[in-house]
Amino acid sequence: MTTAGDDDQAYLRIENLSKVYATRDGEVRALNDISFVQGRGEFISHVGPSGCGKSTLLMIAAGLLPPSSGAVQVRGRTVDRPRTDIGIVFQSPVLLEWRSALGNIMLQAEARNMNRKEAAARGRELLSTVGLAGFEDRFPHELSGGMRQRVSICRALIHHPDHLLMDEPFGALDALTRDQLVLDLQALVTERRMTVLFITHSIAEAVFLSDRVVVMTPRPGCIDRIIDIKLPRPRTLAMRETPEFAEYSRQILDLFLARGVLREH
Amino acid sequence: MTEADKSSSAFTGTQAAGGGNLEAGIQRRRRQRAQRERIGAFVYPAGMLVALLALWEAATYLFSIPAYLVPAPSAILRSMDTNSAVLIKESVGTTFEILLGFALSVAVGIPLALAIYLWRPFARAVYPVLVSSQAVPKVAVAPLFLVWFGFGLLPKVLIAFLIAFFPVVINTAMGLASLEREKIYLAQSMGFGPVATFFKIQLPNAMPSIFAGLKISITFAVVGAVVGEFVGGQGGLGYLLLIANGNMDTALLFAGIVALTVLGVVLFLLIGLVERLVLPPHAVERTSFGSETM
Ligand SMILES: Nc1ncnc2c1ncn2[C@@H]1O[C@H](COP(=O)(O)OP(=O)(O)OP(=O)(O)O)[C@@H](O)[C@H]1O
Ligand SMILES: [Mg+2]
Repeated sequence: MTTAGDDDQAYLRIENLSKVYATRDGEVRALNDISFVQGRGEFISHVGPSGCGKSTLLMIAAGLLPPSSGAVQVRGRTVDRPRTDIGIVFQSPVLLEWRSALGNIMLQAEARNMNRKEAAARGRELLSTVGLAGFEDRFPHELSGGMRQRVSICRALIHHPDHLLMDEPFGALDALTRDQLVLDLQALVTERRMTVLFITHSIAEAVFLSDRVVVMTPRPGCIDRIIDIKLPRPRTLAMRETPEFAEYSRQILDLFLARGVLREH
Repeated sequence: MTEADKSSSAFTGTQAAGGGNLEAGIQRRRRQRAQRERIGAFVYPAGMLVALLALWEAATYLFSIPAYLVPAPSAILRSMDTNSAVLIKESVGTTFEILLGFALSVAVGIPLALAIYLWRPFARAVYPVLVSSQAVPKVAVAPLFLVWFGFGLLPKVLIAFLIAFFPVVINTAMGLASLEREKIYLAQSMGFGPVATFFKIQLPNAMPSIFAGLKISITFAVVGAVVGEFVGGQGGLGYLLLIANGNMDTALLFAGIVALTVLGVVLFLLIGLVERLVLPPHAVERTSFGSETM
């Protein structure tokens, strides 16, 4: 296959990946010939218009959906079943209605036979990090959409996964909480040297967090361009006002304008 | 890292400090409202019932309706009092049939629903038969059961079962099938096997629907048992109704109907109670509306 030296660098390798959904009125091509390599510890964001196949890509990378053609490899091994070495945040919170906020997080611990006491303590800590201290025993129907999504973020983190897959995790949040969580995520990822595949609609969020931003075309989703973000780390909120940051945002915006995803009248 | 942490705690700190008092007040008001709601759920129907009974009582005197047609509520009460020993004895017998029929419905219905859900060919073979079997009038089958199983307990239990198991099957199968695909994905990415997924996610997910089925089932079982007693009874409330009817003792007939109604309601509420004990509050809140509109 690939050389050993290459494998050390490549954590996730996606090769000529395409996905075609069979629907009642014909086939829907969601992804078309996607290839990229994610190194260990690298933070990659995907931005692209709605319906371009970002969620599909994430599900395939998680081994939850089979690709129609092409392959996904993790550390040189082809993914052909659901991966359990990941923490995943779906686009919707996917909480169990009959479990409390903490109970939902503990599901992950139960699945992995973690020490219950330690896991519960860590679960509480995570909840308080995302601003949900005091909501441990609330049930999902008592939480707002943004709160539920934050619980699902905690659930994806409690087992210290190597690879974090997040599908618009901050989509349902207000700007202030969003900024806070972006900062918290950065701190956590740096501390734990996590590898992150991140999907967002926010160009600023992508530039702020990422080592590389993958810009996708409208459906069928192809990779339009991969942009290296060479801003120093740790990144601060003030950096968002710098010309370098603005330049990166502008680049992505220009790609969307060129594809007709965005129009200036 | 530390900077982010500090701002985080400051952020959450202000939120908690500002929200504490207000929240407690809202909680208190919510509890009060819930209590008023509970009392109301009792007072309104009770008041309605009393008013209706008073009207009925007055009407029987005003229009001097003969007692063999419609006895006054007071006459029914008197009949219940004088026949209390018989009513209780027959109620016990009928309750026994109902509970056996219901238990059989659960014991057969839930595994059947599981098989229907888990095994596609089985579902395709059994489901249409099951649904069309519901078009068969059970009352018409009752005499057949008499021929096959005699006059004992068995035919009554079987008729109760025949009527009551259907909602258990349908609701259980529906509850199992209603699981969102994402929850299965979630279980897979956590490393749950099929058995753990079933017990940790699928079954709890189906619980509210299963209980809805059980509630319908128990009321159907009451009907089934009475039908069985009508056709080939030597005892039970259904049999008592027949006898009272034959003797033109309409007051006793009504007394029997009252006993049956009370029996049905009590059994229904018992299932509700079990539901409350088994399910977390969210699900009960969702279905409590159903029990109030009963
Ligand atoms: N299960 C499915 N069956 C058929 N078509 C599907 C299915 N899931 C997704 N699609 C189609 O594939 C395309 C990509 O969907 P996907 O959810 O991956 O988009 P997305 O980029 O995540 O969009 P958004 O930003 O709105 O979440 C869409 O056009 C959608 O209609
Ligand atoms: Mg999506």
